[in-house]
Amino acid sequence: MNANRMADRIASLMLWLAGVTILCVLAWLLWRILAGGLPHVSFRFLFGRPREIQVGGGIGPQLFNSFYILFLSLAFSLPIGFAAGIYLAMYARQNRFTSFIRVSIESLSSIPSIVFGLFGLLVFVNWMQFKFSILSGALTLALLHLPVLVSVTETSLRAVPVSYFEASLALGSTKWQAIRKALIPAALPNLVTGVTLAAGRALGESAALIYTAGLSVSRRFPDFDPMSAGETLAVHLWYVQAESVVPDAKQIAQGSAAVLVLVVLLFNLLIAVPSRLLQKRLSGGK
Amino acid sequence: MSAIIELERLNLYYSEYHALKNVSMDIRERSITALIGPSGCGKSTLLRTLNRMNDTIKGVRITGRVRLNGRDIYEPGVCVEQLRKNVGMVFQQPNPFPKSIYDNVAYGPRIHGVKKKSDLDEIVENSLRAAALWDEVKDHLKKSAYGLSGGQQQRLCIARALAVNPQILLMDEPTSALDPISTLKIEELIQELKARYTIVIVTHNMQQAARVSDRTAFFLNGEMVEYAETPKLFSNPQDRRTEDYITGRFG
Amino acid sequence: MKWIFVGSATVVLAIIFSIILFLGLQGVRTFRDVSPVTFFFSTEWLPDENRFGAFSFFFSTFALTFCSVLMAVPLALSGALFMAKIAPPWMRELMRPAIDVFVGIPSVVYGFIGLTVIVPFLAKRTGTIGYGILPAAIILAVMILPTVLSVAEDAIRSLPRKLEDASYALGATRWQTIWRAALPAATPGIWTGVVLGMGRAIGETMAVFMVIGNSPQFPKSLLDSTTVLTTAIVKDMPHTFYGTTWNNALYLMGLCLLLVSLSLILFIRVVSRRGERL
Repeated sequence: MNANRMADRIASLMLWLAGVTILCVLAWLLWRILAGGLPHVSFRFLFGRPREIQVGGGIGPQLFNSFYILFLSLAFSLPIGFAAGIYLAMYARQNRFTSFIRVSIESLSSIPSIVFGLFGLLVFVNWMQFKFSILSGALTLALLHLPVLVSVTETSLRAVPVSYFEASLALGSTKWQAIRKALIPAALPNLVTGVTLAAGRALGESAALIYTAGLSVSRRFPDFDPMSAGETLAVHLWYVQAESVVPDAKQIAQGSAAVLVLVVLLFNLLIAVPSRLLQKRLSGGK
Repeated sequence: MSAIIELERLNLYYSEYHALKNVSMDIRERSITALIGPSGCGKSTLLRTLNRMNDTIKGVRITGRVRLNGRDIYEPGVCVEQLRKNVGMVFQQPNPFPKSIYDNVAYGPRIHGVKKKSDLDEIVENSLRAAALWDEVKDHLKKSAYGLSGGQQQRLCIARALAVNPQILLMDEPTSALDPISTLKIEELIQELKARYTIVIVTHNMQQAARVSDRTAFFLNGEMVEYAETPKLFSNPQDRRTEDYITGRFG
Repeated sequence: MKWIFVGSATVVLAIIFSIILFLGLQGVRTFRDVSPVTFFFSTEWLPDENRFGAFSFFFSTFALTFCSVLMAVPLALSGALFMAKIAPPWMRELMRPAIDVFVGIPSVVYGFIGLTVIVPFLAKRTGTIGYGILPAAIILAVMILPTVLSVAEDAIRSLPRKLEDASYALGATRWQTIWRAALPAATPGIWTGVVLGMGRAIGETMAVFMVIGNSPQFPKSLLDSTTVLTTAIVKDMPHTFYGTTWNNALYLMGLCLLLVSLSLILFIRVVSRRGERL
């Protein structure tokens, strides 16, 4: 029937259009950010200190803070998330407790980041008196990314063929030995990919950190004191756009945006992709 | 009765694998033809050649001719959708859509342009009657098809195939997933359908072939070994291999 | 060893409960000074005069979410269908990492683009200042697109092959099979994706903050400056002191956001369980 064939061709065309549009939007976004911002990224910009009133401020401390907070938050959340993921994948049975935990994790992952920021403000900044600091920010960020780490761990472990586990047990190992020596190494590529992607997202986090890590940076650079003020690059981007009175605010913002996107791309491509290749090789090239 | 399907030196390759070797056969109008043989002998592949469902598999290559009503169905100008409307198929596992009983049967007519509700109502009723399912479901047409039993679902799939008014009905092991009683019901149904449709049925159950069909073809390793009137094939097979299969020496 | 793991899982449980608890306790203190009716239904947000009517924020949040979902879902669904059914393998391999990158771009960067590109564009075209729900909806639509797309694509890809075989065997074209058989069957999964996208839209703060205008008034049009729940919190927080009604009201809004996202999750669970029964 010709009408049906026509409809089929038109529909295929429209769907192709949709796919290409999506790619074009992405390409345009990346071009706009990188082309607009990279010219402003110099050595001095990357490692220099920000200026309050004059031109020529840099983002050094903010960049440092972004990574510092990231590592600190992972230090807090990885062990707990990892362990909870192992529990769900290997030890949990189908009972109410387990369902409860699963619902909790899904709920946690759906909460807006600003709500975590409020919680962090209430508990870490005010109640525990950590004030606006790297520590407050890291703890808040740890909470934010806990559910992702749990599900990444669980998924990676479940993806490993059961035969590895059984082979280890058949050789006389305990359950924990089998997990540690057989399952986790096999799950490692997936784990690394998942954690890396989560880390990439953490670097871009802003709403949760504005009122926990603060809007200023310490006077010393680099400053390893976790109680010092901890404005990150993402927060700085917003601050520069919104409040700053520096004449070259726009350029600083553009440069910051470019650096942020570059870092995300780096995380995505340089670390996640080799992981996927490694995984393919481990599973015999599926 | 004239030949409605003519296969002439049909060869089929799945990439390098030679799945059908030089098959030539004629199928008469309004007859029931059974294709039997051990697993992997090519009978399902042959069936799917008749409605070009093999087109959906990558790397398939065909030589020879497959004629329906005198015309080669693999010719460039042929409209595949029309072909499949004319040559219906019922699968081994009942596969109704996750829709109501009514919508399942109406699916085919709708995609081929039937829009008026009264027309659809009539087609649905006729098809369900022809599939001997109408009395059981006439008060539940809007219920989900998944609520039916396995045997009922398969009859629903038959009704669905009949709803587009085909000349030919292909059935790929239609009862192998069903219980004995449903199987018998469907075999009775097939006998009734013969009055209006040409049926080609693949089965690994020789007794079923013997019960149901007019002519039977025995396949082995992609070759058609023997093709004869059913009573004759089973009581007096010409080829040694046919005899071995029928008497259970292998397969 | 096992108990370490159980303990960690319990910690996760404890966290969500404490979040609800803390925010709830702090937020409900608002009702000591403001009646719930006023808070939820009055549009007068004048903290200096002790008037805390947050209806505009709720309305704008709803309007913004609605608009962005409206813009994102058709394109996301088309993209999902494209990737699952039409695209050749090389195209699929190209789009997958592309979607990952989409997700990875920080929200402040999206906000920045909105501010520097979309707002001026709208301002020029319509003669307004260019801020409002419209630019925010556009930005949000781009942000939630990858979420909706990947969940929908998963749902479509996991449909059993026999469903399509049945449709093709009846003489349907590819598009007819997609439209009449595949899409209806994948509906629960697609809804999950849409609701997840909605959740993300409701909770987005910084990107919206940069383009929506931020005056606490009821929006008279799509290009009128207004505020949503998330931006209200972010904007007012530095001006408040812990313990004041203003401060408590912000926590109350945070609690509302929390409860809304929790109910969306519960909704998804119910829908997917209904889908499984089929």
